Amino acid sequence: MYTVADLKKGLKLTLDGDPYVVIAFDFAKPGKGQALYRTKMRNMITGSILDRTYRSGETFEPASLEDRKMQYLYKEEEHYVFMDNQNYEQYRMDEDSVGDAKNYLIDNLPVDVLLFKDKAIAVDVPNFVNLRVTQTDPWVKGDTSGSDSKPATVETGYVLRVPPFIEEDELIVIDTRTGEYSTRVKG
Amino acid sequence: MSNNWLLAAKRGRLEARANILQSSRDFFRTEGYLETDTPLLIPAPAPEAHIDAIPAGGLFLQTSPELCMKRLLAAGYRKIFQICHCWRSGERGSRHLPEFTMLEWYRADSDYTVLMGECVRLIRYLATTCGLGGAIGYRGMSIDLQGEWERITVRQAFERYTSISMDEALREGVFDELMALEIEPNLGTTTPTFICDYPAERGALARLKHDDPTVAERFELYIAGLELANAFSELTDPKEQRNRFQEEASYRIARGQLPYPMPEPFLAELAAMPPSAGIALGMDRLVMLLTGANSIDEVVAFTPEEL
Repeated sequence: MYTVADLKKGLKLTLDGDPYVVIAFDFAKPGKGQALYRTKMRNMITGSILDRTYRSGETFEPASLEDRKMQYLYKEEEHYVFMDNQNYEQYRMDEDSVGDAKNYLIDNLPVDVLLFKDKAIAVDVPNFVNLRVTQTDPWVKGDTSGSDSKPATVETGYVLRVPPFIEEDELIVIDTRTGEYSTRVKG
Repeated sequence: MSNNWLLAAKRGRLEARANILQSSRDFFRTEGYLETDTPLLIPAPAPEAHIDAIPAGGLFLQTSPELCMKRLLAAGYRKIFQICHCWRSGERGSRHLPEFTMLEWYRADSDYTVLMGECVRLIRYLATTCGLGGAIGYRGMSIDLQGEWERITVRQAFERYTSISMDEALREGVFDELMALEIEPNLGTTTPTFICDYPAERGALARLKHDDPTVAERFELYIAGLELANAFSELTDPKEQRNRFQEEASYRIARGQLPYPMPEPFLAELAAMPPSAGIALGMDRLVMLLTGANSIDEVVAFTPEEL
């Protein structure tokens, strides 16, 4: 159980059954009055932002969150399926919860999955992943259109800009924090 | 070469702070005030519902030098000031430190309106010594110090800035929320603001107003939305003071807060205290305003977290 004295940026707690993370916090105490604890929190499932003001004496349930090492198995209809490396248990996550990570999910990719009450609510992919280019136009030497990049589709269906010399079937490294091309994997 | 860059980078603010403290002392000495230096460790802080003292070896760290200074008033010291550390448990935020620096001053045969005039002169003087001239720039606001300073009653502030009256706010238990969230940010944004005449129950040590006993002769000074000082026409009736302390003490006990012993020597000597006015001003916040600091952390050498 947390009290208002535990409130600080980064604290994770349960509110109306959902996990929230405190993203801003300040203490106010108008002229000899009661202490007020002003917080801004983000719902860790929906991402919505909440402003709440608490008084001393109020308490909170910690959010029971757990980070697990898993690997991505496959996509099944609208769900992404992951497997816990330790106990081989499988977890399903919908597209909204997976977010941008879906652009990088290839079979057996090692990921960190955040569990709330045994439900997978977020997935963290490695900072760099190698993906194969499935479609891109060939580089026309002498092309003077002036463009120094071209679109390419990778095996997950994700489309990004790559340098003109990248060819179909090549492996490229993508920085998942920015979603941008990083380098090519030398064969 | 120091490896504590953050601390080294505070030099400008810490020098300004030293100058502001020194200039404050100069101001009060010139005004004929005696500097006092009362004990920080005391057996019985004033019982106040929302101020928690820190116990220390069977005694308490003072939450304010108020009671000792009033005993000095009662003994005939007529104009006194003190700059000292005070402690209030659990108060930590961008404008709060659990250990902070307070400037308090008291004068006999005066009421709270006299203190308003002294605030005006003190802060104009300090702004000048800081090289600010006639205005304070803070968080994009420019607060004019030279013209007339705004005076507004708490009742008027509720009418102007909230959708309910002061009395309704008290009945519904939302006085503090509305004060902090709706009213405070509007106070002192173009000139400093004195917000006066708090509800009687919000001034445990203040005298009630003669022509309206539902309010106390109490004001707070705000500059740029920042609460800077709290002042009273002091209550001098020992019987009434004991009753109010007992009310505050039972409120504390009902909420499971640590009760304090009654400050008996103070109550015994209060009858001898002349009608007086007293004020407490947060020095750290004044330094924030005069040096443009957004957080109280920037104006002290060490925060509790850095020790």
